[in-house]
Amino acid sequence: MSVILATQGLTRNFAGLKAVTQVDFSLAQGEIRALIGPNGAGKTTFVSMLIGRLAPTSGTIQFQRRDVTALPAHARVRLGMAYTFQITSVFQRLPVAENVALAARGQGDVDELLARVGLAGRGDQLASDLSYGHQRLLEIAMGLAQKPCLLILDEPTQGLAEPEIAAFKSLVRSLVPATTVLLIEHNMSVVMELADRITVLNHGAVLAEGTPADIRANPAVQAAYLGTGNA
Amino acid sequence: MKNLTLHLGLIGVLFALNWLLPAYQQGNIARVMVLATYAMGYNIAFGYTGLLSLGHAMFFAAGMYGLALPMVHLGVPAGPAFLLALLSGGGLALVVGLLALRTKGVAFMIVTLMFAQAVYLTIVLATKWTRGDEGFVLPQVARHLFGLDLSAPSIRYGAAWVLFSTGLLLTLWLVRHRTGRVLVAIRENEDRASLLGYNAHTHKLGALIMSGTLSAAAGAGYALLFGNTGSGFATVQYSILPLLWVLLGGAGTVIGPFLGTLFMFYLIDWAADVTDAYMLIAGAALVLLTLYAPSGIAGYLRKRVWGWLA
Repeated sequence: MSVILATQGLTRNFAGLKAVTQVDFSLAQGEIRALIGPNGAGKTTFVSMLIGRLAPTSGTIQFQRRDVTALPAHARVRLGMAYTFQITSVFQRLPVAENVALAARGQGDVDELLARVGLAGRGDQLASDLSYGHQRLLEIAMGLAQKPCLLILDEPTQGLAEPEIAAFKSLVRSLVPATTVLLIEHNMSVVMELADRITVLNHGAVLAEGTPADIRANPAVQAAYLGTGNA
Repeated sequence: MKNLTLHLGLIGVLFALNWLLPAYQQGNIARVMVLATYAMGYNIAFGYTGLLSLGHAMFFAAGMYGLALPMVHLGVPAGPAFLLALLSGGGLALVVGLLALRTKGVAFMIVTLMFAQAVYLTIVLATKWTRGDEGFVLPQVARHLFGLDLSAPSIRYGAAWVLFSTGLLLTLWLVRHRTGRVLVAIRENEDRASLLGYNAHTHKLGALIMSGTLSAAAGAGYALLFGNTGSGFATVQYSILPLLWVLLGGAGTVIGPFLGTLFMFYLIDWAADVTDAYMLIAGAALVLLTLYAPSGIAGYLRKRVWGWLA
């Protein structure tokens, strides 16, 4: 399968703190990849560089065989990347349907998108009137509305109830292979069930990469998560 | 549909008032309509895009002098001079925008304020052409458009009405168009709008150019209809006024700038009859309105009565 996204030596320092160091990463077209790691491992910093919210200190990013390292975020989105925020970042004072319509950039059926994530009939409400879990679903609808080639989901199931998580899993499965999904997730059942492959970040570097079974069996990963400190 | 009816209704009522108002009020409302056009221009930047400028007087003045200087010194007729005024305002907004939009928030306020001061000082220092503080009067013979004498009360009212209606309908069109909705998205959450694929900088620049051009149209209209110019129109006061009008009337509503301008014009008019300290009454009214209707008159109506108000 062809590579949709690749990074070489991607590094980001914050005033001396190395948040992400020399990450070589590649994502195959049509896969569901999970990015996991303990808190502070650099996951959000890493994807922020992918989407262009944060400039790398060094390293390059290719998207669909094109160097996008210098492109601003809005240009990367136009090329087919989409990002849903870890901390919900919907337009609070605008109606739910308007949020999705903005994301769809004038294309696509807003009602159908809302129905797909389980928000049918809530289009006229203000986004701020939705519960936190529903705002998360709205974030996902906004990601889908962009019809991206690559969808980056930053902790999408945080704050969702069990039935919503189940619906989310089948929703993500329905997206591939047309859309490649990069999923940052703490909920291990979601990760293990959805991901084709898993990349583990620790201290800003790639600790391990492989299938869910490989990762589950990897002693270094277990150590990083359980904090035995001997890894 | 309701929005269109309401705004066309306002335009219709103002049209009819030309024949109903006594002479003094006819002049007042003509002035209010021109100043409200300025407020609508300001509202595109502040109300819809979230760009709090403290220097919009420079665009008003660019229109005023962009029209008046070519008319007086080069004998350019009113029609072409009006187009020059629009170009002056739009061009100035482009240049200021390219530089000032590198900043945000408080820095943007300061930078626009500084640019406006520079424009004001330029007008004062170019006394030879502008006659500085004192300004100059546009000769009545020059104030003709399509063969109509713009200094005649009823025609002046009609011209102000055309200017105002055009501004109102353009704003209404803009806010219902996708571009206007993207501007609101940028106002609400710029980072998010960028991550939906919208170039925030280009949109903000476009909004500032539209805002500057409409403000210039008002400045040019003011000079043409009321015949006078002066560096006073480029002072900080004329940058603050549209902010007040828009805040009072309702930022981010199409009708708000008109309501705010009308309200404040008559408030000051009435207060000046009551006491010499009329600004005290105006100030108290502003405080009360800010306390009890922080989103302005139209914002209050939208919240309480007309949820559909654009």
